[in-house]
Amino acid sequence: MAKAFFIDTTLCTACRGCQVACKQWHDLPAEITTNRGTFQNPADLTFSTYKLVRMTEEVIDKKLTWLFFPDQCRHCIEAPCLETAENSDAIYRDEDTGAILYTIKTKELDAESIISSCPYNIPRKAEDGTISKCDMCNDRVHNGLKPACVATCPTGTMNFGEREEMLALGEKRLAEVKEKFPNASLLDTDEVNVIYLVTHDSRLYHEYAMAPQSRKSGISRKVALRKMMKPFASLMRV
Amino acid sequence: MTNHWIDLKNSDCILIMGSNAAENHPISFKYVTQAMQNGAKLISVDPRFTRTSARADFYTALRSGTDIAFLGGMINYILKNNLYNKEYTAAYTNAPFIVGKSYGFKDGLFSGYTKGKPEAGPSLGGYDKSQWAFEMDENKVPMMDRSLENERCVFQLLKKHYSRYTPDMVSKITGTSEADLINVYKTFAETGAKGKAGTIMYAMGWTQHTVGTQIIRTMAIVQLLLGNMGIAGGGVNALRGESNVQGSTDHCLLWHIWPGYLKTPSASKDSLSVYNASATPKSYDSLSANWWQNYPKYSVSLLKSFFGEQATQANDFGYNWLPKVDDGKAYSWFDLFDKMFDEKIKGFFAWGQNPACSGSNAGKIRKALEKLEWMVNVNLFDNETGSFWQGPGVDPTKVKTEVFMLPASVSVEKEGSITNSGRWMQWRYQGPKPMGDSRPDGDIILELGHKIKELYHKDGVLAEPILNLKWDYDTNGAYDPHKVAKEINGYFLKDITIKDKLYKKGTLVPSFAFLQADGSTSSGNWLYCNSYTEKGNMSARRSDKDAVNNIGLYPEFAWCWPVNRRIIYNRASVDPKGQPWDKDQWVIKFEGEQKDGKWVSNKWTGDVPDGGWYPLENPDGSKREDSKYPFIMRKHGHGQIFGPGRADGPFPEHYEPLECPVEKNFLNPQRVNPTAVVYSSSEDSHATCDPRFPFVGTTYRVSEHWQTGLMTRPQPWLMELQPQMFVEMSEELAKLKGIKNGERVKVTSARASVECTAVVTKRFKPFNIGGNLVHQVGVPWHFGWRWPSTGAEESANLLTPPAGDPNTRIPETKAFMVNVIKL
Repeated sequence: MAKAFFIDTTLCTACRGCQVACKQWHDLPAEITTNRGTFQNPADLTFSTYKLVRMTEEVIDKKLTWLFFPDQCRHCIEAPCLETAENSDAIYRDEDTGAILYTIKTKELDAESIISSCPYNIPRKAEDGTISKCDMCNDRVHNGLKPACVATCPTGTMNFGEREEMLALGEKRLAEVKEKFPNASLLDTDEVNVIYLVTHDSRLYHEYAMAPQSRKSGISRKVALRKMMKPFASLMRV
Repeated sequence: MTNHWIDLKNSDCILIMGSNAAENHPISFKYVTQAMQNGAKLISVDPRFTRTSARADFYTALRSGTDIAFLGGMINYILKNNLYNKEYTAAYTNAPFIVGKSYGFKDGLFSGYTKGKPEAGPSLGGYDKSQWAFEMDENKVPMMDRSLENERCVFQLLKKHYSRYTPDMVSKITGTSEADLINVYKTFAETGAKGKAGTIMYAMGWTQHTVGTQIIRTMAIVQLLLGNMGIAGGGVNALRGESNVQGSTDHCLLWHIWPGYLKTPSASKDSLSVYNASATPKSYDSLSANWWQNYPKYSVSLLKSFFGEQATQANDFGYNWLPKVDDGKAYSWFDLFDKMFDEKIKGFFAWGQNPACSGSNAGKIRKALEKLEWMVNVNLFDNETGSFWQGPGVDPTKVKTEVFMLPASVSVEKEGSITNSGRWMQWRYQGPKPMGDSRPDGDIILELGHKIKELYHKDGVLAEPILNLKWDYDTNGAYDPHKVAKEINGYFLKDITIKDKLYKKGTLVPSFAFLQADGSTSSGNWLYCNSYTEKGNMSARRSDKDAVNNIGLYPEFAWCWPVNRRIIYNRASVDPKGQPWDKDQWVIKFEGEQKDGKWVSNKWTGDVPDGGWYPLENPDGSKREDSKYPFIMRKHGHGQIFGPGRADGPFPEHYEPLECPVEKNFLNPQRVNPTAVVYSSSEDSHATCDPRFPFVGTTYRVSEHWQTGLMTRPQPWLMELQPQMFVEMSEELAKLKGIKNGERVKVTSARASVECTAVVTKRFKPFNIGGNLVHQVGVPWHFGWRWPSTGAEESANLLTPPAGDPNTRIPETKAFMVNVIKL
């Protein structure tokens, strides 16, 4: 059974311990940044930033809110990047954990098509064309540890476990939160293994917090075609 | 903290004001979150909408420096609407005490004021506090009216004093709307109900003002009126800014206290008996424990710890070997650098600190360092202090100060204890060995002591104090943290029998109740006596078993002062019959046997009670004479609503910051605290209502950096998150000044100017102060020229003022006046 994250943004304080823990575990270099008139930094995900707490100030119903969104790969159940790549040496799913994993061989892929296939705008490429993103701390998970971002989270925003368990936790929290925030929702629960709980319109948090409707209604024609061809294609590869 | 971190989860209403816990104490939010999931309300009051505010049920803003007005309004609201806990207030606080006739309050001044005559050190003036004394009966016991009706009782004086703090008046001062004020007051006052608990989480946002101590007093009054002291999920909780600030304060970080909050002796206390007599309060009330009556036991045990066998009854246990402060003089941080600037100090150890960035009016500090002959910088890395001689605007060829750098090990490289905000002493083990030539602080100071002794032995002047100092904390030539921890706990120095039990010479004292004033015991800090006993190192315990009341006390995890009491004043959590106000989340309860309506055996359960006496009343309501009032550290045993010991008055009163945007204080004719500490050297300028500095400024920290940034600025992952000095301002102010988000600007004060990146945000809003629009900006104080290497990111403390609180002499870095200029 796949593992899943449950990210309860109602508890997030944007301390960004998750962002740093991710860099520490993966030994990723820091970006050279400047203050751009916001606390959010770096500006976006990069080849060496897999996790980013997005911060947005919004006045909602005349009340100021500061929305925090710890963005990361959703480890999709039907991952468009994996489907698009069609190269399990470059992008594959760990069947034990459900993690969608990128290897050094992503360099051989058409990076732009992989990136544009992602409904959540997650993968990023290096100058040499290698693509990267969150790997669910798959090495930690296989050794009985929680992902670094989850282990470091002080508030209970970041949760990780069996998908069923995370879904149940998500539903429980949704019900609790609905009392204060009637518009609260869980995002794309059926499609992803990283389930977000948000209290407002997801687009206020981040343009790609939810998959665009066009993606949700169905996968792109190209990918659909490939999917149809898949059994045949893998036969051919053998 | 009167309570502790985990206990936050027991609260029904958490007020976060004067701190930004989500950002600066992120782990606290684990417990804040738990409380909220149990239905607690979270209120955030801050000049700026912070990451704490983002999680709050209710947020409102106030202008920096107006907290007493805000909270004074809450006292008024509670009293006017009869929302206080009457039983608690009448039984446990000094609300019933009758105040003497010489007490008065007029035109913003309490009786006994003399301008220009401070209690100690530079300040605007001082009080003759004897004018605030209580009326005593013929037995020298304070006169009380438990009905709270006597017009000169504390309760009635309190009511009168704060009746002036109407919502309209408070709103005019703070800039908070009346509706928001009432909302906060109402929500928090609901915790006055029995079984409800309200807590406050505060930090430097409250302390660092010319009225800092009185801000906290105001909240303490609120908590006493609501019956929130001593209970689970209540209390007054200071969030400490470093892991071991509590520990270092307990062990005499500050100039005016000795370890365990004993008093630093002054020159006029020319013998131990005079000193002890002046420091030992006397109560004639048999129901007052007056715990400090034990003072001589603690002071003598401390002297025995300092001087060992050299300390004898005949030589006053070495009391005369200790340096004394001059009467009427102050020796605080401010005063030390003032004297250094005045060339009165030749040498300086900057140990684990970075005054060139951390001290208010840091420009003066940097100049003062130039006047030293030598400085020793003990730190993990070089910093702006160690490198002051090559700092901005300094010509190294003109600096004569010789600087020595002693590299110290980082905390994980050494063994020892830290004491956290919740008073938990926690033992830590060594991880990696110290890197390079760095050494643990303990090793450095131990060896320094040995060398100094050697020199004094050769040809020391007034060598006795140094030569007689017991200095035996090595094992096999290295510093031994266990020896120090045991010394702090204390030893029996001869065989003694106490209550029919023999305690052998050389064994550890089980708790401070066993300490003696005759030299037969030692203790480096009486408050820590019980931390390292014959049963072992209590602070190293790691049991996750909770106490019987199951409220998260975890009594066998680490150790907590005093005597492992996790919630202090906990005897106020029970009614006079010893039964908890809150039946569910109780702290202690009395479970003695009763016969004919009287308690006949003594048994408390739960937390370690604040003294194990019988309850004040029997089950039949009759009073017991063998009981004690719950506030045992107070001379008269009652929580102090009226606080006649403070330098600036027995009731908190709103005064404006030294630098403020208003020409007058709307509440009284005194604009500034008439006892505020203010310095006046050539480097100590300040400006109020000065058109050159029209905006209120404040300083703060962010999650991503720590203190002056010494440990975080060289850390690339953290610099990625917060790379530059910034100034936050409202969209309105940015528009007014033509400033664009993200552009570099200059923030100036009467002291200096600092370049910052503008963060234009909805999270700051201009205030309506008495009909005038007042803007406020905020800057973090984590930066300094030494790193990042551009040298362009400087310390916010170059801007902050040379003024402080008269009780603590803490600087007023949280409210001052600035301008913001487009570059």
